[in-house]
Amino acid sequence: MKKLIRVLGTLVVLGIIALLAFIFVPVQRTGPVTQLAADFKPAEGQGEYVMRAGDCMACHTNEGGKPFAGGRAIQSPMGTIWTTNITPDKETGIGNWSLADFRAALYDGVTPNGTHLYPAMPYENYRKMSEEDIVALYDYFMHQVEPVSNKVEETRLAFPFNMRFGLRAWNWLAASYPAGFKPVQGADEQFNRGKYLVEGAGHCAACHSPRNLFMAQDGIDDTSKAFLSGGEIDGYTAPDLRGPDSGPQKWTTEQTAAYLATARNAHSSATGEMMLVVRDSLQYLTHEDNMAIAAYLKKIGTAPANASAAAAKPEITETEKLLTDAKPDMPLGPRLYLDNCAACHIVNGKGAGETFPELDGNSLVTAKSPKGLISVILHGAELPSTADRPMKLRMQGYDNRLSDEEVATLATFLREGWHNKAPSVSAAEVKAVRNLAAH
Amino acid sequence: MARTEKKKDVVLVGFGWTGAIMGIELANEGLEVLALERGHDQATVPDFQYPNMIDELKYGIRYGMMEKPANTTVTIRRSLDEEALPYRSLGTFLLGTGVGGAGTHWNGLNWRPMQSEYRLKSYVTEKFGADVMTEDMTIQDYPMTYEELEPHFDRFEKVAGISGTAGNINGKIVEGGNPFEAPRSDEYPMPAMPSTWDGVKFRDAAKAAGYHPFPSPGGIASKDYKNEYNMQMGPCNHCGFCERYGCYNYSKSSPQTAIIDALKRKKNFEYRVNSEVLRVEKAADGKTVTGVTYFDHKTGEEVFQPADLVILTAFALNNVHLMLVSGIGQPYDPNTNEGVVGRNYAYQITGGYTLFFKDENFNPFIGTGANGFCIDDFGIDNIDFAKEGFVGGAYWRAGQTNGQPGHTMPLPAGTPSWGAGWKKGIGEWYGHAMNIGAHGSVMSYRGHYLDLDPTYKDRHGRPMLRMTYNWHPNEIRQTQFMKQKMEPVAKSMNPTTLQEGFKKEGAMFDVRPYQTTHNTGGTVTGDDPKTSVLNRYLQSWDCHNLFVMGANTFPQNTQYNPTGMVGGLAYWAVNAIRKDYLPNPRPLV
Repeated sequence: MKKLIRVLGTLVVLGIIALLAFIFVPVQRTGPVTQLAADFKPAEGQGEYVMRAGDCMACHTNEGGKPFAGGRAIQSPMGTIWTTNITPDKETGIGNWSLADFRAALYDGVTPNGTHLYPAMPYENYRKMSEEDIVALYDYFMHQVEPVSNKVEETRLAFPFNMRFGLRAWNWLAASYPAGFKPVQGADEQFNRGKYLVEGAGHCAACHSPRNLFMAQDGIDDTSKAFLSGGEIDGYTAPDLRGPDSGPQKWTTEQTAAYLATARNAHSSATGEMMLVVRDSLQYLTHEDNMAIAAYLKKIGTAPANASAAAAKPEITETEKLLTDAKPDMPLGPRLYLDNCAACHIVNGKGAGETFPELDGNSLVTAKSPKGLISVILHGAELPSTADRPMKLRMQGYDNRLSDEEVATLATFLREGWHNKAPSVSAAEVKAVRNLAAH
Repeated sequence: MARTEKKKDVVLVGFGWTGAIMGIELANEGLEVLALERGHDQATVPDFQYPNMIDELKYGIRYGMMEKPANTTVTIRRSLDEEALPYRSLGTFLLGTGVGGAGTHWNGLNWRPMQSEYRLKSYVTEKFGADVMTEDMTIQDYPMTYEELEPHFDRFEKVAGISGTAGNINGKIVEGGNPFEAPRSDEYPMPAMPSTWDGVKFRDAAKAAGYHPFPSPGGIASKDYKNEYNMQMGPCNHCGFCERYGCYNYSKSSPQTAIIDALKRKKNFEYRVNSEVLRVEKAADGKTVTGVTYFDHKTGEEVFQPADLVILTAFALNNVHLMLVSGIGQPYDPNTNEGVVGRNYAYQITGGYTLFFKDENFNPFIGTGANGFCIDDFGIDNIDFAKEGFVGGAYWRAGQTNGQPGHTMPLPAGTPSWGAGWKKGIGEWYGHAMNIGAHGSVMSYRGHYLDLDPTYKDRHGRPMLRMTYNWHPNEIRQTQFMKQKMEPVAKSMNPTTLQEGFKKEGAMFDVRPYQTTHNTGGTVTGDDPKTSVLNRYLQSWDCHNLFVMGANTFPQNTQYNPTGMVGGLAYWAVNAIRKDYLPNPRPLV
């Protein structure tokens, strides 16, 4: 009995020691994956380019705020995360950070004092970045970004998520793979460049991969089947990028690259979060890099069956017939479509070129979550002005014209029209999205 | 107390078609460019959005997109001995305001004048003898040739996004297009729009009569389109809300669809709205201008905006007004026939037949501003002026632009204009009527001109612009000629009943019914400073750093809608500014 108590006591003590060690022993920080020459200096503009590729601005700049001064609220399932000031201000920013500190934040998700960052910061992906890019990015933030004194609100999640040390265990699961990027031997340069951008700085998987049980990205590279197979962000669907019905697989490489660079192509246009990614990040990449991303995505996906045959034979769908006949007794869904949508998106649901996106086969229309579609119907959408396509094409919202029931009926019609097969939408779902905009 | 703003390289007065063209072309040269717009800012969404825009009462009847006469207007008289009165209630022409200007609310019809029109006086004199011109006719040649302008017409058509069928490509006549058009170097950027049934009926009747119908060329997109600035248009849905409205569908050519978002990306370009230019400021020696003074409607103060180069890019009448109130160039005096500013003002003359068919249904809810078919068989190039006794011509068009009940419900003459009889008439004829229109040229005359009104002042205390204009016997003969030629064509279509609307001898200019907004002249371009305000590059003869765009530069009015010419001239002028003027600012002629 005594022995048992002693053993148990020892275990408890060991446990406490382990727990204390877990909490207090500093995390091992990952060093450089490549030893750069002592006189290495990033090429002019490289740091800014990496910043664009990594889309640092999107999260670390508040709406209407100074660049990189933080303070933007990121809604997570655990609560609101406030982004930090990453300008070189010594008091409130990262002005005192060394290169090793900076690298550790990107690779390990830890700040210089050992605090764990919440993985809203996609260090799971940034961990793949090359030492050259890390140094260039560090150089950019230290020397080219204007220091801004801006003390941002501290992130205070509810228990147990306020126990940041817990992330140490999460990191064992999510971000323990060797840092740095391993090109695929034998693959061409374009493939590897695309892979590097997608898996690393571009952190596409942060939205486009599903999350596993532990809320980690389900696969951080293309060896995982779930990688980029579609995810969810704030209740909106981030579409699959690899399946035969996905954009990058249906479209030509040039069309995907155009989508990335201009938020539009001959089929579709970017809305919501993806529109912001194009606005703040992808439009600044070179054509070669966007082509590399598009080519890589195509290579790791499943090509649609008989794609060319379908394209060659335009068929008249039942939906198109229904809309063209426009019989007085047609149901409300097609009637609403004719009255509000057909002028641009056309009765065949194919829209027009790069100006009016097609709705037949559109991933936003058929998304698992109808939230994005409802939001566009209610509030419209605007494309960003980009170098290649400067026009801020804007679809108006219909929130003051259509009731919740009507939007639900219309959305259901779209999700079942032409070749689309997606579940119906309820008025309650519309109401929920409408109420979101109220605050 | 006037404030002074930081000096700019270029200041543009007005931000419509020519302001946008000058803006993007000069911003591309790296210059600091500022556009001052009298009106408000506006964009397709939300300002033109569906369904708010297709409100006939607000925009079609109450002219929601137009400049209010209470803010800016002209005074009008028909002869030197009349007292001019302010144009207080919009009617015969509609002046736009706001970003995009009249380029937002037009119908979209886009033309290049015929070949003889560029050297009209020489053409008339050589071919028919000077005697065919009336004594008071002051027409003159353009100081540049069609061949010189052609690349700039081509460019404007491609920027604006014009749909049409070419009829003459480099001298080769193309079946289906206008065989009488001046040779073009290329196709229209988009194929012609399909026509409604009224246009098709006219096409067939015109063909049967031996004429040469072709689809109306217009800035209405027949497909999705992208121009040289990578700006986009989407295909038109024929909703029938073009003129008086902004297009909610990105389908009508406008500064908004063709240029503005591309221009806004340029850091060296800025535009200020609610900034109404009051005058151009001359340097002490009078040989250059130093900038403009504008009224800032937001702060309620006058602002001096210095600039190296000033370009007037407002509507024709406003450009002339600014020249007069700024004292640049000698005002025209019809008594002595001396002076140039205000000289050669011209309007246009329209007429037509309305045909009623009991058994035809034209579905008037389908339409576009540039719908239907045209013929140019009675264009300026094709008429024997000596034989017919007038100088001028017209193009004809049939194609419904709208079926809006408030202002587009033609009824047979004699139908009561209210009450049960009117209702019965509407029931009987709405949707069963079509129109063939003749859109005619107007020559310039000694007695038709613009000057400053001696009595009426605008809200800034400036004398208003005074218009002296009336129908001239030459144009009455021209329009009566069109009637005579059109009647058999209209009758050949076997309408149940038909009626004509052509001006007759003794007709006086009436400002109440809408006619056209095609006001021309006042600061015309020419070879001789005694008969023109601007040289061949639309540069002021008096102040070399002042250029003036717009239909006010036309020496006489063409038979066509002027936008194609205005756009072509703008590209012609800006080409000279970029290549010749900027490297060495000086009088270019």
